Amino acid sequence: MLQLNQIHKIFNEGTPDEKIAIDHVNLSLKPGDFVTIIGSNGAGKSTLMNIISGVLIPDIGEVHIGGNNVTNTLEFNRSKMIGRVFQDPMAGTAPSMTIEENLAMAYSRNKTRTLRRGVTKKRRDYFREVLETLHLGLENRLSAKVGLLSGGERQALSLLMATFTEPSILLLDEHTAALDPSRAELITNLTKGIVDKYKLTTLMVTHNMQQAIDLGNRLIMMDKGQIILEVDEENKQQLTIEGLLEEFKRIRGVQMANDRAILT
Amino acid sequence: MAKRLNERMISMFTAIFGSFEAGIIYAIMALGVYLSFRILDFPDLTVDGSFVTGAAISAVMISAGVNPFLATIVALFAGFAAGCLTGLLHTFGKINNLLSGILMMIALYSINLRIMGRSNISLLNTDSAFTKISGFFERTGMDSFFNSLLSMVGLGDSLPETWGILIFMIVVTFLIKFLTDLFLQTEIGLAIRATGDNRRMIRSLSANTNLLVILGLGLSNALVAFSGSLIAQQAGSADVGMGIGMIIIGLASVIIGEALFGTKTIARTTLAVIGGSIIYRLVVSMALRIDFLEPGDMKLITAIIVIVALTTPKMIERSKEKKRKARRKAEKLTIIQASAPAKGDNHAAIKSDS
Repeated sequence: MLQLNQIHKIFNEGTPDEKIAIDHVNLSLKPGDFVTIIGSNGAGKSTLMNIISGVLIPDIGEVHIGGNNVTNTLEFNRSKMIGRVFQDPMAGTAPSMTIEENLAMAYSRNKTRTLRRGVTKKRRDYFREVLETLHLGLENRLSAKVGLLSGGERQALSLLMATFTEPSILLLDEHTAALDPSRAELITNLTKGIVDKYKLTTLMVTHNMQQAIDLGNRLIMMDKGQIILEVDEENKQQLTIEGLLEEFKRIRGVQMANDRAILT
Repeated sequence: MAKRLNERMISMFTAIFGSFEAGIIYAIMALGVYLSFRILDFPDLTVDGSFVTGAAISAVMISAGVNPFLATIVALFAGFAAGCLTGLLHTFGKINNLLSGILMMIALYSINLRIMGRSNISLLNTDSAFTKISGFFERTGMDSFFNSLLSMVGLGDSLPETWGILIFMIVVTFLIKFLTDLFLQTEIGLAIRATGDNRRMIRSLSANTNLLVILGLGLSNALVAFSGSLIAQQAGSADVGMGIGMIIIGLASVIIGEALFGTKTIARTTLAVIGGSIIYRLVVSMALRIDFLEPGDMKLITAIIVIVALTTPKMIERSKEKKRKARRKAEKLTIIQASAPAKGDNHAAIKSDS
């Protein structure tokens, strides 16, 4: 479903600030794979997400989605196939527009936008139906402005908007990191449910090692722009945080330099 | 004494009538500014140029004998093109939004002079859209009907020449308002709104934000040029300097309207913008009745209106907040004072027990 071949990306090339963000990364996801990515700050996780979604174009290498080479496809074209939830709960929704208008925009993701009404009666019924799956009562607030919702509610809505058109790839970029623990748990559970329901091919970046172990069928660990560890389906079930930290020390010869990852 | 009062009332009525007539035409321009400034979050100074472009094109065409309605439509398309160019400068040229508008405005000044061939074209003795319409109204007898109504309330000495322009423009402006409301609810319209609200998000929902910005600015300036064309026909002349400060007038209308009539829904806001435009004209015409102010002071008055409209809501908000905090503080103090002696008693009681 998703294929990354020899992706290489350098920031500020030719200046003293030159930094290799992604160092010849290969990754392949089968349909229905749910891969969690962990790694310390600056490991290249977010850059990888941006390369897949088309915000950044790799210097070398190719991105294939569903068999098509999309390496040079522009972001807005590529996002027909990619659902994305950002870390910032404010980033995934338009605050001055209503819940139903936001959903209508997400609904048009894989279609051509026309001069037809965005929110029709039929669509409204459908939106109500999908909102009910969140169990947040948002189905009764269809015409409320999204700016009035709490961070958790907005992130739940973003998650729904990213997924209910069943994209080929779902990218989750630390989408629970900015929420308080109980809200983060809610979003985590919703993520699990939605990915299961639509059988979405998913790539999730997280700082939370426990979350990375609990969710998904595969796990990769990144450091300094490289994938240093890949855990497949069979071995993932035996994973523990201690195991992961030990593994990191064995490969890199140093302690994992990320207090946040250890504490959480 | 009574006669002088009557005279004053009559001239007041003429001023109010004029304000409504001009306000409802300028409202179309204000709706254009609303599209760029509020919906796209793009302070678009092209407006100062495209307003004149609309006026220039229709003035040239009308004096060449072209049908005035056709000339007005051509002006609309010219404005659309100007707006699209600003959009191109900003999106593909990656020029800052204010600067791309200013560049376009300056470029249009020369283009407008080229279109007109001279700095002023008079339309006084030619057939404009409005002379056609007032002629039509005269024939139907509507003018005399409205005027007889006015005479009945004692304003018989200040009868407007025609009601046609006002009524026709109310219909046209509201038609444009409803079309704008409908457009902003369509799939493309929603995407344009989201481009102004959260560009990153709508791009991640597969919308080409560059095209949407270009389209939005095109539509905005189409309305502005349309309004410019109608103003030229109403005033009977097109002048190359008539667009100076137009963006500020548009902003004033949007801000005044929003402050007075609210922004709960899109339909409400567009209505507010029309209202704001009329009120702006009323305020200006009232201000110009003050003796020491001259017509040349109008731009200064406009600037002051916008400054007041922008700063006072914030100041009112701040003083309300201050009062609220002071009240809360006072409430807390009384609670503490009320509970303080009680606490003291408890303390004493415990002491005596031990």
